[in-house]
Amino acid sequence: MQEKSKSWLKFLSEVILLVLLFTLVQYALSAGLVNQSYQITLTSMCINVILAVSLNLINGFTGQLSLGHAGFMAVGAYASVIITNFMDLPFIIGILGGCLAAGIAGFVVGVPTLRLKGDYLAIATLAFGEIIRVVLQNIDYVNGPAGIVGITKLTTWSWLYWAAILTILVIVNLMNSSYGRAIVSIREDEVASELMGINTTGYKVLAFVIGAMFAGLAGVLYAHYFYIIKPETFNFLKSFDMLVMVVLGGLGSTTGAVIAAIFITFLTLALQKYAAMRMVIYSLILIIVMIYRPQGLMGTKELSRKTFARIWGGKK
Amino acid sequence: MITRRNKKLALLLAMMLILSIFAGCGGGTEEEQQPVGEKATIPVGINVELSGAVASYGSNARDGAVLAIEEINAAGGVLGQQLEGLQRDCKSTADEAMSVSAALVGENIVAQLGPLTSGDVAGSTPIMMDNKIPLIAPAATAANVTVDEKTGETRAYIFRVCFIDPFQGTLMAQFAADNLKAKTAAIYADTSSDYGKGLAAYFKQTFIEKGGTIIAEEGFVSGDRDFNATLTKIKGSNPDFIYVPGYYQEVAPLIKQARELNITAPIGGGDGWDSPDMLSVAGAEALNNTFFTNHYSSQDTDPQVVAFVEAFKAKYDKEPDAFAALGYDCAQLLVQAIKDANSTDPQKITDALANIKDFVGVTGKMTIDEQHNPIKAGVVIEFKDGAQTVNTRIQP
Repeated sequence: MQEKSKSWLKFLSEVILLVLLFTLVQYALSAGLVNQSYQITLTSMCINVILAVSLNLINGFTGQLSLGHAGFMAVGAYASVIITNFMDLPFIIGILGGCLAAGIAGFVVGVPTLRLKGDYLAIATLAFGEIIRVVLQNIDYVNGPAGIVGITKLTTWSWLYWAAILTILVIVNLMNSSYGRAIVSIREDEVASELMGINTTGYKVLAFVIGAMFAGLAGVLYAHYFYIIKPETFNFLKSFDMLVMVVLGGLGSTTGAVIAAIFITFLTLALQKYAAMRMVIYSLILIIVMIYRPQGLMGTKELSRKTFARIWGGKK
Repeated sequence: MITRRNKKLALLLAMMLILSIFAGCGGGTEEEQQPVGEKATIPVGINVELSGAVASYGSNARDGAVLAIEEINAAGGVLGQQLEGLQRDCKSTADEAMSVSAALVGENIVAQLGPLTSGDVAGSTPIMMDNKIPLIAPAATAANVTVDEKTGETRAYIFRVCFIDPFQGTLMAQFAADNLKAKTAAIYADTSSDYGKGLAAYFKQTFIEKGGTIIAEEGFVSGDRDFNATLTKIKGSNPDFIYVPGYYQEVAPLIKQARELNITAPIGGGDGWDSPDMLSVAGAEALNNTFFTNHYSSQDTDPQVVAFVEAFKAKYDKEPDAFAALGYDCAQLLVQAIKDANSTDPQKITDALANIKDFVGVTGKMTIDEQHNPIKAGVVIEFKDGAQTVNTRIQP
């Protein structure tokens, strides 16, 4: 009975902490304390967190190297813009539609390709990302290569923040469940886990579809903030950007993905002024991290209340 | 115990470090938000693509704009104040262009020059409109850059110094029909960009109006490297003229492969051809008998152009291309507007920009129309043994 009330207390404290952080930033935004430049950075940060955490589910936890994440983002972005801007339906339907479309795309791509292993899967997903881009370039309904300009700005801090929290919550809880343990067992040894009776393809597809849905969510939020989307935005370099965040944070660590996404967003902003040296500095930082922390910033470790408790020497 | 304490310390230090990053960010902007005093410089944002897909265009335009600003400052500045060019890289992406513009607005710019591509300008547009600060685009040629297609209204704070895409297709069709006496033409366009599609459409329209026939229409996409199959097909139809609107990355190997297949017909294109890479990839011989439309040529004998080319060469030790010239004109046009407005207030500069008449830049004399497009002439440039030479100048 005591155990139960304690966990309930923990839950309450977490909710309060999250709401507090949200209200704090919301207050700063409405009071005009945050200038436009930081507002945009905040947006990019949340979108990058969603992308990195969802890609980490596929690449880090499931151990399947996917390079097509930008493709799912594109599906979500375009589907939602069609819903909100072309059909004039509310934003929430756009969000659900975008996620659903990306999830379906993930399923369609995942079922045949997830039977492939290692490099072959990487190639197949990379190809998928490129196919999406080229298909979008040739659809006149969405203006082909010029993209859709003048998208209504509907993404607000509330949407961004709670979308990022939702992504983290869903994926952390998934990984703490029996599904999560099955998913990790596939990463550790696919043959062994199959021998244990785990439906490896099924779990891989599950992880892939969930990852794709959240990439779609990121795409929806992106499209409704940045005014223009064009197929070129979602090229394979975008997928690599996400991969960099995941690898930098540590494959298989949600905390790592979040930290790396925030770090990379701020790094991009900080380097705007050093135009000529930007890519050099950016690359150098990545190389240095990879030399001294080849497992990424967090490795496969997570930061949780337990970690803090251990460090402070308090009760477990 | 000691290790535990060390861990505590490390955690604390890490926390401090993270906090200091945020504190540093906040402090920086406050310092920059000083009001512009009498003696202060006039900050001008230069938001261009210095890395990414079109870094070559962006850095050339930046060089041109920086040269103009230096010349103006050396001549005493404008309204007794010196201009200060704030260079930023938008990584050739629309979202980064928006982020850069917002950062520049925070530094109290009076106007922004760039970005180069239409998509990146679109990314920057909402920020400029929100803050009522003018944006002068050097080379964004899509029609919807300055005009909102939904409402048909001109975007009040967005201007450009280049002519729009359709004009180039029309120009080349005029040139092919009148000067080259072509009766039949094949179009082999970059169908992955609006640029290629737009030029092709207007070329087709004007060429047919001039009494010509389009006997083949083919397409390639950005990133293609092998064009032999389609070129063989085009060779079979034996056109008098081949129109290849696209960017130099694809056009250079395309021309090389066309000449290797013994296609001798003249080949034409748009300003996307303008890059030193054309010569290094395709070679001088393959480029003979090829033409492209452009905003300007460094071979022009106009005294103002000659002076610009000399100054540019002296500073950067390279030939200025059209993007450099357009970047230069952007900065010069802004100075003209500041002088006309007799103020550095962004709103007054915007009003002055909308009323520019007969401004003489290195890319020609221009008048800004009510859609914020310049009315100006274009040139047809021919490659002769690897050198760009002006073939003719065509008035719209």
